[in-house]
Amino acid sequence: MGRYVVRRLLQMIPVFIGATFLIFVMVYALGDPVAALFGDRAPDPATARQLRAEFNLDKPVWQQYLLYMGNIFTGDFGTAFNGEPVTDLMGRAFPISFRLMLTALVIELVLGILLGVITGLRRGRAFDTSILMATLVVIAIPTFVLGTTAQFLFGVQLGWINPAVSPEGRFSELLLPGIILALVSLAYVTRLTRTSVAENTRADYIRTAVAKGLPRRRVTVRHLLRNSLIPVVTYLGADIGTLMAGAIVTERIFNIQGVGFQLYQGILRQNSPTVVGFVVVLVLIFLLANLLVDLLYAVLDPRIRYV
Amino acid sequence: MSEPPQPPPVGPPEAPIAIAAGDGRGEPATPTGAEPGRARSLWSDAWHDLRRNPVFVISALLICFLVLISIWPSLIATESPLRCQLSRSLEGASAGHWFGFDTQGCDVYTRTVYGARASIAVGVCATLGVALVGTVIGGLAGFFGGFWDALLSRVTDMFFGIPLILGAIVFLSMIKLSGIWPVVLVIAALSWPQIARIARGAVITAKQNDYVQAARALGASHARILLRHILPNAIAPVIVMATIMLGTFIALEATLSYLGVGLRPPTVSWGVDISAASTGMQFRNAPHILLYPAAALSLTVLAFIMLGDAVRDALDPKLR
Amino acid sequence: MRAATRLSWAIAATTVLALTATSCGGGNGTAGGSAGVVRASWGDPQHPLEPANTNEVQGGKVLDMIFRGLKRYNPETGEAEDEMAESIETTDQQNFTVKIKPGWTFSDGTPVTASSYVDAWNYGAHLENAQIASYFFQFIEGYEDVHPSDENATPSADTMSGLAVVDDHTFTVRLTEPFSLWPETLGYAAYAPLPRAFFDDHDAWLAKPIGNGPYKIDTYTKSQSMKLVKYEDYAGPDKAQNEGVELRVYTDNNTAYTDLQAGNLDVIDDVPASQLSNAEKDLGDRFINQPAGIIQTVSFPLYDPAWSSPEAAKVRQGLSMAIDREEITSKIYFDTRTPATDFTSPVLGDAGGYEEGLCGEFCTFDPERARQLIEEGGGLPGGKVTLSSNVDTGSHRQWMDAACNSINNVLDNTAACTVNPVPTFADFRNQVTNRQMTGMFRTGWQMDYPLIQNFLQPLYYTDASSNDAVYSSPEFDRLVNEANSASDEEEAVAKFRDAERVLVQDMPAIPLWYQNGTAAYSTRVSDVKLNPFSVPVYTDIKVS
Repeated sequence: MGRYVVRRLLQMIPVFIGATFLIFVMVYALGDPVAALFGDRAPDPATARQLRAEFNLDKPVWQQYLLYMGNIFTGDFGTAFNGEPVTDLMGRAFPISFRLMLTALVIELVLGILLGVITGLRRGRAFDTSILMATLVVIAIPTFVLGTTAQFLFGVQLGWINPAVSPEGRFSELLLPGIILALVSLAYVTRLTRTSVAENTRADYIRTAVAKGLPRRRVTVRHLLRNSLIPVVTYLGADIGTLMAGAIVTERIFNIQGVGFQLYQGILRQNSPTVVGFVVVLVLIFLLANLLVDLLYAVLDPRIRYV
Repeated sequence: MSEPPQPPPVGPPEAPIAIAAGDGRGEPATPTGAEPGRARSLWSDAWHDLRRNPVFVISALLICFLVLISIWPSLIATESPLRCQLSRSLEGASAGHWFGFDTQGCDVYTRTVYGARASIAVGVCATLGVALVGTVIGGLAGFFGGFWDALLSRVTDMFFGIPLILGAIVFLSMIKLSGIWPVVLVIAALSWPQIARIARGAVITAKQNDYVQAARALGASHARILLRHILPNAIAPVIVMATIMLGTFIALEATLSYLGVGLRPPTVSWGVDISAASTGMQFRNAPHILLYPAAALSLTVLAFIMLGDAVRDALDPKLR
Repeated sequence: MRAATRLSWAIAATTVLALTATSCGGGNGTAGGSAGVVRASWGDPQHPLEPANTNEVQGGKVLDMIFRGLKRYNPETGEAEDEMAESIETTDQQNFTVKIKPGWTFSDGTPVTASSYVDAWNYGAHLENAQIASYFFQFIEGYEDVHPSDENATPSADTMSGLAVVDDHTFTVRLTEPFSLWPETLGYAAYAPLPRAFFDDHDAWLAKPIGNGPYKIDTYTKSQSMKLVKYEDYAGPDKAQNEGVELRVYTDNNTAYTDLQAGNLDVIDDVPASQLSNAEKDLGDRFINQPAGIIQTVSFPLYDPAWSSPEAAKVRQGLSMAIDREEITSKIYFDTRTPATDFTSPVLGDAGGYEEGLCGEFCTFDPERARQLIEEGGGLPGGKVTLSSNVDTGSHRQWMDAACNSINNVLDNTAACTVNPVPTFADFRNQVTNRQMTGMFRTGWQMDYPLIQNFLQPLYYTDASSNDAVYSSPEFDRLVNEANSASDEEEAVAKFRDAERVLVQDMPAIPLWYQNGTAAYSTRVSDVKLNPFSVPVYTDIKVS
């Protein structure tokens, strides 16, 4: 087990190098970012050249990459076009996105599994059908509509919350954004749990447990749930990254300058230090989350062993 | 899943197996192959079950209907979806225009009917692509473990890291294809890691089952174990993911179009109309412009979720 | 059993982590403004906050509060009035003597002198400082030495030879050629004076800029907020009527609008397009919708053979007549745009060069005549035309669809005009400046200063910096030159109008509509108005 973890941690090195290079080349492929800095005006060639030199954009892509990587090892992630160091951007964006992700994840975990177990045990009943309908609504109506409507309702009509999240981003403020962000994932978690539960209720060991006369609650939690959780845990592990990087719409609605927002800005403005810096940290988070999930497999299913 | 994956040690050629129902097209598939007797054991039993399942019948009919209007939208809509009179902007329902008009003054009914083609094509093709690539890569990683797992899983992680917008803009500027294919390719290329993770987890679990160990002990080939013993038991979460993904992909197409990298105008799609209705905030004053395309999208997702449920039940040996 | 315990451990750990994060994130609430302070919406400036390095409205907003230059544009009339200038004198429209008023100080207490201006301008012009708006100094003699136009040249001088300090309150400017309206351009932020602190400790200055305007910066947290307080020793006439302004960054102006409705914000400028239909209903007379110095146009790639033939002008005029501006401005923009009838802007006023209806029938919707003109011109090149714009900023998609639909309806062909969305602004600008367009493309112009010259010369003069259509007309150029060397303003304006008539005949770009500035405010404040640049006049806002 220990050796397995060490091996997985070592695998991060090639992924780190591969991911930075991939993203760096992709941002490079977007084209020249300098013209956009001049707004609706044709760039003055001399100033444009000066700016390209300042951001190392006048060098071949491999040289830009090497310069960038060299700087990373001294802790310098470069600067955004507004002159702010990327490390400052990351220092602000990651904590708040992490808290938002955590809020959404807890909601998915608790509500998703709960709804999944209930619908899985009562397939085809009214409750199951209404959850299916709610799932359809969540899929078909864009987050933007659900988010702004909820924001208007709770922020303006009822006055329960502030429509905009403060820069500190307290958990109480992140509850509504968290719910909105969690909605689509909630649909996945609920249906994954439902299917697993429905499948496992017919498994031999559940029949045995029931036949043994174990209390229903004990059967559900100890035997049924534990064995149904592997796909759900896998999904949640993979979702951690999506919730952090892909929360652009939610972040915009609630005025959160998180990872999704900064990444989006970086891409639109074609600023490679911003994009690469953020993606690299995100990839590291994926790797850790996936490692955690793989270790959880062994907890949930004792037959699985790692060496 | 409609093709046997090709793991490194290729086993004896299996009977080509087609489970069209399982991959979501909903069209009946007969096991084509030289050894019907062998295939009957699982896949044809499943098909036998399916035909008697009302959920399957309803969803199949619904999907046939959707496919039909995708191919011949003019069957039920007489106008052109591109004829728009701004003077009718946001008008409500009226005779001959049951769904009213959108912001641009286009007939919402006509656009909803015509939107089916691009939306369903993108949704179904992208889902198939994602399910296929994801299951193969995730399945192989989970089944073989060790070096192959490390390699495939880390590649998956790297793909996970590519931000959708960046990937979409870069890929679409490189792919010189027209129609829905660039969009399908981009969505598939950037979304398969989800399914791969799920498939890997499911295969790792299924691999532990006694009958798999038994089959292995009996000297069954990798391909045979994978296809006959593991796949049917690991496919359920993939089907669940895929059916929901189908809906999100139809919506994702709109996001891409909104960003200027999706379907090129004047292609009509539900996603584009939903996104136009929502970003314009006009849904506060004229909910109908959002409601109808969203309802059409819901109906499609519902049909595929039902189909997925039915197929999953049919494949579950424990039900017998 | 063992596994379940481990699982509950994991859950417990998550909870603890969550709680820790909560306590770290704790802090004082930001709701509820302090007495006398205006809470206003803001966007993150795209460049460092240097006067000559700012070309967009969010950075401009701050510069307008913390700087005052030689001239200031009257918030209501748009006229350039002396602010720090005592006098700007010239006899030949080329050599100017500038005298500045004594008694002005920067908010760090140092006096504003003639060298504060000369040093600032030399800094703004110098190539090595890579200032985005350095072209403002191009009229000054010696600009070419500090900022050579050739891409590979290096500067041969440190300062511009056309600038000379005479004494503490006087300096002289020599231009490369006569430019009668030059003093009127001096209200632009790029011409602001800079304190010694700017040059002595640049990083510290950027972290908290110091200026000579009615406000000084109290605290500045990048990407979040800037708190400005009234500068007590401000020497100008337009002292702040409130205690200060708190600018809050919003990622989306829709959120700012909702926050205003919830009572957490006092002033937002630029009401989101998506809320325009609700704004009047939601806010009544607390919604401002007034002309601003912005015109939206659609340009043609005149470098493309298909569009450069003499007959193509007819096609362009026909397309212009096929766009139903009235309908689009009312249905899509809810009257926050006004159909354009010339190439300038109503904020110039009649004396300043605006002339309603100058474009005549060619800017009026007339399906009959449009079809006829397009036919006479040989039809659309290849039978169809595209309309391109970036779609990442602004809500361009809707008007583009509407304009194309209008053209298609006129031509009775749903495939005549198609929208070509370009993903990013950078990509779009690259295509435009590299001359890769093949059909119509969006061009817009926000004036730098309220002069008719600014709406014509940078956009349509041969090889001008924003001549995206690559239009070139000897007739137009001649009239502009004559206007620039005219001795009085009236004559200059008349010449510029003549030049504008040349544009109507050639139609290198189609004027679409004049953009209004929009703003909304809470019941807590009063006297909110927008200046011609659609920036709120913060100094006049009163807090109750």
